[in-house]
Amino acid sequence: MTLGLGLKDVRITLGGRDLLSLDCVIEPGTVLTVMGPSGSGKSTLLSFVAGFLTAPFTAEGRILLNGADITDALPEARHVGLLFQDPMLFPHLSVGGNLLFGMPPGSPDRLASAGEALDRFGLEGFADRDPATLSGGQASRVALLRLLLSEPKAALLDEPFSKLDRHLRGDIRRFSFERLRDAGLPTVLVTHDPEDAEAAGGPVVELAGTG
Amino acid sequence: MRPNGCGGTEYGDTFTAGADCMLRVAPYLVAAILTGPVLAGSLGALIPSFGFLPSLGHDEFGLDAWRALLDWPGIGGSVLLSFASGILTAGVSLLLALLFLAVFFETRAFVWLRQAIAPMLAVPHAAAAFALAFLIAPSGFLARLLSPWATGWQRPPDLLIVQDEWGLSLMAGLVMKEVPFLLLMALASLAQIHAGERMRLARSIGYGRISAWFKSVVPALYPLLRLPVYAVIAYSSANIDVALILGPVSPPPLAVQVLRWSNDPDLDFRMIASAGAILQFAVTAGAIALWILAERCVGLLTRGWLVSGRRRTGDTGLAALGQGLFPTLILASILGIAALGLNAFARVWRFPDALPGRWTLAHWQSVAETAGGPVVATLWIALLTTLLSLVLVVCVLENERQRDVRSGRILEFLIYVPLLVPQIGFIFGLVLLAELAETPPGGGLVAAGHIIFVLPYVYLSLSEAYRRQDPAWTKIARTLGQSAAGAFWKVRLPMLLTPLLTAFAVGAAISIGQYLVTRLLGAGRVETVTTEAIALAAGGDRRLIGAWALTQAILPVAGFALALAAPRLIWRNRRGMLGGVR
Repeated sequence: MTLGLGLKDVRITLGGRDLLSLDCVIEPGTVLTVMGPSGSGKSTLLSFVAGFLTAPFTAEGRILLNGADITDALPEARHVGLLFQDPMLFPHLSVGGNLLFGMPPGSPDRLASAGEALDRFGLEGFADRDPATLSGGQASRVALLRLLLSEPKAALLDEPFSKLDRHLRGDIRRFSFERLRDAGLPTVLVTHDPEDAEAAGGPVVELAGTG
Repeated sequence: MRPNGCGGTEYGDTFTAGADCMLRVAPYLVAAILTGPVLAGSLGALIPSFGFLPSLGHDEFGLDAWRALLDWPGIGGSVLLSFASGILTAGVSLLLALLFLAVFFETRAFVWLRQAIAPMLAVPHAAAAFALAFLIAPSGFLARLLSPWATGWQRPPDLLIVQDEWGLSLMAGLVMKEVPFLLLMALASLAQIHAGERMRLARSIGYGRISAWFKSVVPALYPLLRLPVYAVIAYSSANIDVALILGPVSPPPLAVQVLRWSNDPDLDFRMIASAGAILQFAVTAGAIALWILAERCVGLLTRGWLVSGRRRTGDTGLAALGQGLFPTLILASILGIAALGLNAFARVWRFPDALPGRWTLAHWQSVAETAGGPVVATLWIALLTTLLSLVLVVCVLENERQRDVRSGRILEFLIYVPLLVPQIGFIFGLVLLAELAETPPGGGLVAAGHIIFVLPYVYLSLSEAYRRQDPAWTKIARTLGQSAAGAFWKVRLPMLLTPLLTAFAVGAAISIGQYLVTRLLGAGRVETVTTEAIALAAGGDRRLIGAWALTQAILPVAGFALALAAPRLIWRNRRGMLGGVR
């Protein structure tokens, strides 16, 4: 069995036109950075891996996660976590509720482990907070924590740092990549920003614009 | 293997098969509810109008009913009145709504205006009409406030203000209710046409506020308001409840005349009523057709003006007009409601005293003794029909999202069918059909009739917020391990709580205000607060009318208050839930 996220002969097309082709394996704890201009199909790649690809895009090829073929699995059965530009914390739940939402049910002391996780992330006592009252940096950390606590086997990052203030961006970026590496997750990062690619420290794929 | 990217539903799956089936059926069911009764009812009126009504022993086609209709004294006046009140009410309401928006758009008062609209809409037409009548009648609140110091009147002047033969008070009453409706519909469209950017751009190159609004926003806004405006024409040309209170008595507007015929103990009048109902279709259609012609003319005439480069066209005067009229209308509404309240508690109230001399609770005791049944009937019908409508509308909107297609222009148009077709036209036909099918009149039939009108408003109220919700919420929930159903119940619906509650309050208010459907399909066996209040109109007991009209208004307004207060309470620690939809 191969550990990691394998993208085998993946080809994404739009109306018969090739957007991107990719054939690679992302090892656990490494980040594959996909760069390219808007419309080059980078976000579509993430949709394909996460199970959200919709018309008019089509894709072929297989997605292998730790040896298992998840190409046809339902999104919730893939164990692939997503981070967007916005933290997208559920506004109707508390910070703790957001974490518990993603944690697998039935595990003992879910509440306690959510609290401990917040402590580790420098967010002591935040469990009862309203997500709307968090700063941008705090919200990003909660979003990352929510992803990690849902025990995914891979992570997909869709320009997650692009909306952060410049002075925060470096710190959050470093922090996020460290945690993803510690968790041993194979990660795909989609971005415009060369600094993101540099900080990610993994292989980089540059997509051509389609003009 | 499932082909990627062309799954039938959002992300290739799957609510349970049952739920999925329900979603697929919902748009067809809604289309059937919106059009079926209208079509059947129209036929049900059309056929008897040509003499064929077997239940009364008429089984030969002929034109007698039409001849009787056209020979009826005053029929021309009735037709003209209905036609004119359709066109004029719509014209005045549209101009006022656009003027208010021009004057107040993105000012501090705008926030307030947004919030004032919901309760203004919630007040039923009948209660608003009574309020206006109590305000402007010769012995009304306004005359009392101004007498004798300003008018010199020691006794009520002998003027026919309410129920005047020109229908002016009728149109005024309709305008008071249609302006908030058009404002609401316009507000829902402003974001879509980027009204803020348009205004800022036009202002930055030197256009005055009013000119900027009418030259840069209205040309984009009006196409989105077209159907609501037609609905206003249809409603105003065929309305019954306001007309019974404020409209002229002889000749009455056509719809009222048709209602009189259909209530006539001599059942043969039903044939004339059928012909009258069909004539009402023609009158309403004619009014809308004339309006469309006028639209074209206005379009042609303003083409040059739009690009003339003139930065100000009467801006100062129009701004002053809008700034003056809006508070006046609000003040009139408040005074009207106050007049209802004062009457409801008055024992002795001599003219020209501004306030009653002696007070009493007797009218309320009388209401309390008789209101129990009607209140219960009103509530169960409103709650049941609104709940069913809300479920159906959510199914339609969810189906649209799952299959990633707009239900299409067809459904968007069908939503307006019950609002564009005169009620008296097809409801009377439905009554004849129900008799034919030997369906006993009663609560069930009334509730079924209410759904036809509740459904469109629930849809109009909810659809924008529902569509605007970011699909990324589903994606986040799914990647966190939730099924499609889990994402729907645990994330999407809770996040939509505020718009869902608002839609519920809107739907309930519409049901509570229904008069004609309740009256005709209930055949007198179903009494609601609305039928009770309007039944008092003919009697003219002001004290009792005041108490009943307030009762009628309180129910929907309380519904709105609950719908606005509940999210604030539930989400008091969730600031992100109290803004707009995310």
